[in-house]
Amino acid sequence: MSDTVIRVENLSKRYRIGSSQGHFKYGSLRDSLANAVKAPFRRLRSSSDSLKEAPKHIWALKDVSFEVKRGEVLGIIGRNGAGKTTLLKILSRITKPTEGHVRLRGRVGSLLEVGTGFHPELTGRENIYLNGAVLGMKRIEIDRKFDEIVDFAEIEQFLDTPIKHYSSGMYMRLAFAVAAHMEPDILLIDEVLAVGDLAFQKKCLGKMEKVTQEGRAIIFISHNMNSISHLCNRVIWIDLGRIISDGNADDVISNYLKTQQSFFKNSKLKAEEWNIRNKSHKFFKEITINGISLPAEIVLKQKSELIIQIIGESDGMLLRNFRSGVHISSEEGGRIMTYGTPWSAIGDINIKGKVSLTCKIEGLPLIPGRYLISLGCSTDHGSLDWLENICFLTITPDKQNSSRLPQIYKTHGYFLTESFWDIEEL
Amino acid sequence: MSIETELVPTEFEESEILISPSQGLFSLELGDLWHYRELFYFLAWRDIKVRYKQTVLGAAWAVLQPLLSMALLSLIFGYFLGLPSGGVPYPAFTFTALIPWQLFAYALSQSSESLVADRNLITKVYFPRLVVPLSSVAAGLMDFAISFVILIGMLLLFRIPLSWRILTLPAFVLLALLCAMGVGLWFSALNVQYRDVRYALPFLTQFWFFATPIAYSIEIVPENWRWVYSLNPMTGVVEGFRWALLGTDYTIGPLVLVSSVIVLLVLLSGLAYFNHMEDKFADVI
Repeated sequence: MSDTVIRVENLSKRYRIGSSQGHFKYGSLRDSLANAVKAPFRRLRSSSDSLKEAPKHIWALKDVSFEVKRGEVLGIIGRNGAGKTTLLKILSRITKPTEGHVRLRGRVGSLLEVGTGFHPELTGRENIYLNGAVLGMKRIEIDRKFDEIVDFAEIEQFLDTPIKHYSSGMYMRLAFAVAAHMEPDILLIDEVLAVGDLAFQKKCLGKMEKVTQEGRAIIFISHNMNSISHLCNRVIWIDLGRIISDGNADDVISNYLKTQQSFFKNSKLKAEEWNIRNKSHKFFKEITINGISLPAEIVLKQKSELIIQIIGESDGMLLRNFRSGVHISSEEGGRIMTYGTPWSAIGDINIKGKVSLTCKIEGLPLIPGRYLISLGCSTDHGSLDWLENICFLTITPDKQNSSRLPQIYKTHGYFLTESFWDIEEL
Repeated sequence: MSIETELVPTEFEESEILISPSQGLFSLELGDLWHYRELFYFLAWRDIKVRYKQTVLGAAWAVLQPLLSMALLSLIFGYFLGLPSGGVPYPAFTFTALIPWQLFAYALSQSSESLVADRNLITKVYFPRLVVPLSSVAAGLMDFAISFVILIGMLLLFRIPLSWRILTLPAFVLLALLCAMGVGLWFSALNVQYRDVRYALPFLTQFWFFATPIAYSIEIVPENWRWVYSLNPMTGVVEGFRWALLGTDYTIGPLVLVSSVIVLLVLLSGLAYFNHMEDKFADVI
């Protein structure tokens, strides 16, 4: 037999939306009774005919086809509402497709949430069994792995305490521990690793990597491009229920991040912000990053060169002791680092008229992700001009050239630098 | 297309699962249900475990409820109204009927709410949805076992002799459970889409309680109304209990037969409806 363990063919899923959904969800019995006479006929027709396009429907998935082979780790990326979770729900048989079908070979384990079925009144021990059963584990299997699970969760002394008394960290650890000990042939994971404390998250990723080495197939949904990039060898990008691209992880991720950038560019806020500043600023006239003049979005491979060129003008005044800086913040807004004009140069730079400043950063040591660049300059009299969050900077992974670099997840910090290790047996 | 039943951790299993759009009315996969029998067990076990958590009286509630009902009903119907009870002391007469009724009513209300109560399971994990209402029906047996012991004690107290008829009791227990299951399947599936069920159910249960000869004897029902009573399957169950434990002397054969047929019809239609709706649960709930 072939190595294909998941075969998805023309999969489509249609949902009702808008006001009709409200009706559909908690419809009143009266309305349905009123239609009861007509309903059987209508239903007969709609199931025999091809499905008619009703106005208040949305295709959460449309004609999605792909295959996954044994040992493959497939990442699925896309914006919120792109259809990722719907796909996973169909694959894990929680909901049925409207059209198309899927063939799965082997035992399927799905993890759309950790701690599904946990009951607050039950003890840790009891919940391990309950949750295990919910995840499709056999009792003997749980018995066998019980100690391992408790060990992994580090909750030994609270084993017989009802979990409603657990801290949220303990709760998550226990939930992960059970999930991490599933041994399916096909593992489907939604964004569940995003929670939990950092050290534990790492432990789970490690466990997952081990699972893939054992030849199981994994489908993994995440918004964290780092974990996707590290875990997956192949990525499918979905938007509006359709596959946009399917291929090598780094390529698909880079393409995806680029369009995400244009998405932000198109959003009015950014462009307007730039214009307002453009008119009112005292010094900055034109910014070019890596040859692209702003407003624009910058996409770089990790550890590559960043060149920022600034054209500024002083309105005829003499700017004494001019200083300038390139500030980089995380997407969440925290300042990460600043590249400033050197200390030694302060006091030396006096500017009059139009100038060009170029800041060159070699091998920008940031881990893949999205950042924001701000620019500022000042003189003796304090701050002169300030451009906050002038553009997005996206760093994409580059596995080929990272042999000397450590494997880093966002939880490890922001910086990616080489280090030299001597490991000797003693 | 069934799932494998044995787990071999590292070996790859050559079973195939086909996921396709909803099929016809009857696509009941019993093999699948069997595969998930452990989940059934764990859910029932959870319901029993959790039932009396954080209560002062705990499982005493299982006994108190029918005992208090019995006292009240005996007072009103037996003492105030002086209704006949076929020579049996009124408390024993009503208690014998209350026990299967409590089993039925509890199983019915639990199973009707079960899908909505376990919505986090329904939307996050796959398993045959039938496991949920079935396990909540089973959880009612715990209370039943406790109050059954009280019942036997009461019969001894009133010196009512037990006969071979007690051996038929499991059949009536099963009939009560199947009846609760049949109606529960309808209601649990309806409840997913129409929360009206939540409001209709207490009323229906109360109505049903008085439409079943629990507080009174079927003998006070006029002859030409008896056939209407026989359509209520719980009449068969309750009268069956009295026949088996109290040794009532009228024949209950036809009554039990009609009850069984009706329970079967409700159960099969409930299964069909449940099955038909099952695929939509996760989307609608």
